[in-house]
Amino acid sequence: MNDVVLAIYSDRLFMAAVGVYVLAMALHAAEYAALRSAHEPAAVPVAVGGSASTEGETGAPPPPDAPVPGRPVRSRADRFGGAAANLVVLAALLQLGSIVTRGLAADRWPLGNMYEFTSAVCLAAVVAWLVVLRRVPALRAVALFVLLPVVILLFLAGTVLYARAAPVVPALRSYWLVVHVTTITVSSGLLLVPGIASLLYLLRRSSRGGALVDRLPSAAALDRLAYRTTIVAFPLYTFGVIAGAIWAEAAWGRFWGWDPKETVAFVAWVVYAAYLHARATAGWRSGRAAWINVAGLAVVLFNLFFINMVVAGLHSYAGL
Amino acid sequence: MTTTAPPATPPDESTPAPPRTSWALLRNAWRGLTSMRTALVLLFLLALAALPGALLPQRSLNQRLVTQYFADHPTLAPLLDRLQFFGVFAAPWFAAVYLLLMVSLVGCLLPRTVEQLRGLRTPPVVTPRNLARLPHAAQRSVAEPVVDVEERARGRLRGWRTRWCDEPGEVRTVSAERGHLHEIGNLVFHLSLLGLLVAFALGKLFGYEGQLIVLSGGGQFCNTGILGYDSFRAGLRVDGTDLQPFCVRVDDFTAAYEANGQPASFTAAIGFQTAADVAAGTATWRQATLAVNHPLRTDGSRLYLLGHGYAPRFTVTYPDGQQRTGEVQWRPVDQTTLLSEGATKFARPGVTDEEQRRTTQLAVTGLLAPTSSGGQVVTSVFPALDDPEVAVDVLRGDLGLDDGRGQSIFTVDRSKLDTGELTRVARKNMRPGDEITLDDGTRLRFDGVRDWVSLQVSHDPAQLWVLVSAIFVLAGLMLSLAVRRRRFWVRLTPDAAGGTRVELGGLARTDRAGYGEEFDRLTAAVLGTRPDDDVQESRKTEDGP
Repeated sequence: MNDVVLAIYSDRLFMAAVGVYVLAMALHAAEYAALRSAHEPAAVPVAVGGSASTEGETGAPPPPDAPVPGRPVRSRADRFGGAAANLVVLAALLQLGSIVTRGLAADRWPLGNMYEFTSAVCLAAVVAWLVVLRRVPALRAVALFVLLPVVILLFLAGTVLYARAAPVVPALRSYWLVVHVTTITVSSGLLLVPGIASLLYLLRRSSRGGALVDRLPSAAALDRLAYRTTIVAFPLYTFGVIAGAIWAEAAWGRFWGWDPKETVAFVAWVVYAAYLHARATAGWRSGRAAWINVAGLAVVLFNLFFINMVVAGLHSYAGL
Repeated sequence: MTTTAPPATPPDESTPAPPRTSWALLRNAWRGLTSMRTALVLLFLLALAALPGALLPQRSLNQRLVTQYFADHPTLAPLLDRLQFFGVFAAPWFAAVYLLLMVSLVGCLLPRTVEQLRGLRTPPVVTPRNLARLPHAAQRSVAEPVVDVEERARGRLRGWRTRWCDEPGEVRTVSAERGHLHEIGNLVFHLSLLGLLVAFALGKLFGYEGQLIVLSGGGQFCNTGILGYDSFRAGLRVDGTDLQPFCVRVDDFTAAYEANGQPASFTAAIGFQTAADVAAGTATWRQATLAVNHPLRTDGSRLYLLGHGYAPRFTVTYPDGQQRTGEVQWRPVDQTTLLSEGATKFARPGVTDEEQRRTTQLAVTGLLAPTSSGGQVVTSVFPALDDPEVAVDVLRGDLGLDDGRGQSIFTVDRSKLDTGELTRVARKNMRPGDEITLDDGTRLRFDGVRDWVSLQVSHDPAQLWVLVSAIFVLAGLMLSLAVRRRRFWVRLTPDAAGGTRVELGGLARTDRAGYGEEFDRLTAAVLGTRPDDDVQESRKTEDGP
């Protein structure tokens, strides 16, 4: 198989993955709607900050099945959600296939431009989400809100940011590309999950969310999800920045030069450091910490897109 | 690192305040500065203060973009300039934020380090009276006697710091604690962060960076002083007198391109002599290869290959038979095709009359195409040196070299053309070997083209320490996030039937997220049951009041 054919396969797999993600999102939306309607008669299964919340059980309402004794029947929401989760796994595999064939087609590590980078960020976010889902299945109602930004980002990647499979400039031909860009990509993808969780947490806590958010897991569960994914992603992100500095020392003659991308990476790092500190400060623990986490995600996305597309800098050969 | 203003102004000497008040003021200011809340605010300020550095062009990175910004925003730019928004990372207000943060950090760290050292020696606190009030709690009765349960708990709590106590009524309690590494990781993280900042600052003080252009095929330079460089950025404590005098000779340069002209690789074969070689008077050169991502490291400095371009070689034969050869770098105007522009300047030799010498200068200016399109107008179609052609204007007259004003090596002073002091005497497209004869019989030959490389020498004596600190920062961070400091208590009360009433309690000291599962496992182990058996009747939510 030659490179052109592989590149076409890669593009087709990408499109297939996006299609399956959209389908999964629709099913998750159906699940969400079913949860809501199913819930109304049951009145009070979830009290925010109530006494029922334990580590594994996160306050998503138990489906009020028909009162048949013995083995409970799977509710409609449950069936939709289960199918959707399987579709997400399928889409992630398709996307992985797309990324691998892209690398084979271009004969290099497939993180050489914004299209590939964005795709990999989304895959990292989805894989992180699947790991979360496997460990805490009761969080499944969050899926819709994780997939929404993923699908939007993938759509942008496939249209605005798309670049054909091609070799990269000499500066990018280094094993540090593998180390630095991969860790930054994976950590950026991981950070998407806590950002969304914190946003949902804020919605859940506020009274304005209304019926749309009261099917979400409890605020405490969302907060825990945000914190736990952040403490995995943050050290990885730190490592990515350090690896970037080591590479910059070899490629650009200095390890840190306040290039716009470096500056915003620093800002994001400081914001996440503030999040971790806020978690340990009285009065900042809940609402404010969540806001900081959301701000952190905003800075990461700003760095990923705005800095590359608008501000000129040394990182601008990453595409566009 | 001692330039911070003290957080509180000391009392004025002319009006001596009561010492107690001023002491309280200082103490409160210190407490305020070192509180977590202040640290948080300072972190935000730091993030906020760095943002203009990313959004606005910075002088240290790109002076041209700053000039452009001034042209585009004539009213806003001077205002921003007064706030030093075009040099954020050298601005005093930026320094103020991070120095305050460092002081706050030190003030926070010192007491915690002391407390940590003390805490390592003190035994865990006594078991609280009412375990049911803790965030994690459970109780149950088992049939076994107290000794058996105690035995099991001792086995399970191996590796924990424990303190067993007796309470009245044959009651046994244990207070167990684990996760001191959390705090140690925390301290390592923050101390290394300080170390990193100090090393960074030292690098800025004692480091330097210089760029220069060297012709390939034997061009040489020695790192002996600032004058050897085309541009030089010295650290605050560098005056250029104490550089490491190594020497470099560029033997060959090779560039490879993709079919579409995108560069694939740049390599320069160089010879170099270390400072010791030079001092010993060695005649041999050590061989090395420079490439993008592969600097040469010698004498505590690094040598980088930054870019390359072309230098055309012209020979002028004057009517009296004297020859002069000029070969200076021309600069690329189009990075994808390396179409270059420049000016190669000649002064007529052997002229003693000052006036005549000044008015017979020659300049060859124009464009150089490394791979010419072959058309009437010279354009370049490929960046490699496949089919070079130049389109030149030959200018004669006063180039203004003696005006005392600095002049770009790439251009001539156009105003001299306007005033007629400089006139165009020929215009021609030339390939290597082509020759033109000027009206006065002077012949100009285009001999060929050589590569030049632009090199950078960087010196940062502290960068290894930055790396070491960064590694410790990461290790400390991972430790403090992965390890949780947590406590576990058990109270064993004998009941009337010969069994034991077991009360258990748990508390995670640092962040409560995630202790629940471990608490359940511990509880199950002490009770001799499997987790998820119904032992959590009094279990509370982690995020309870």
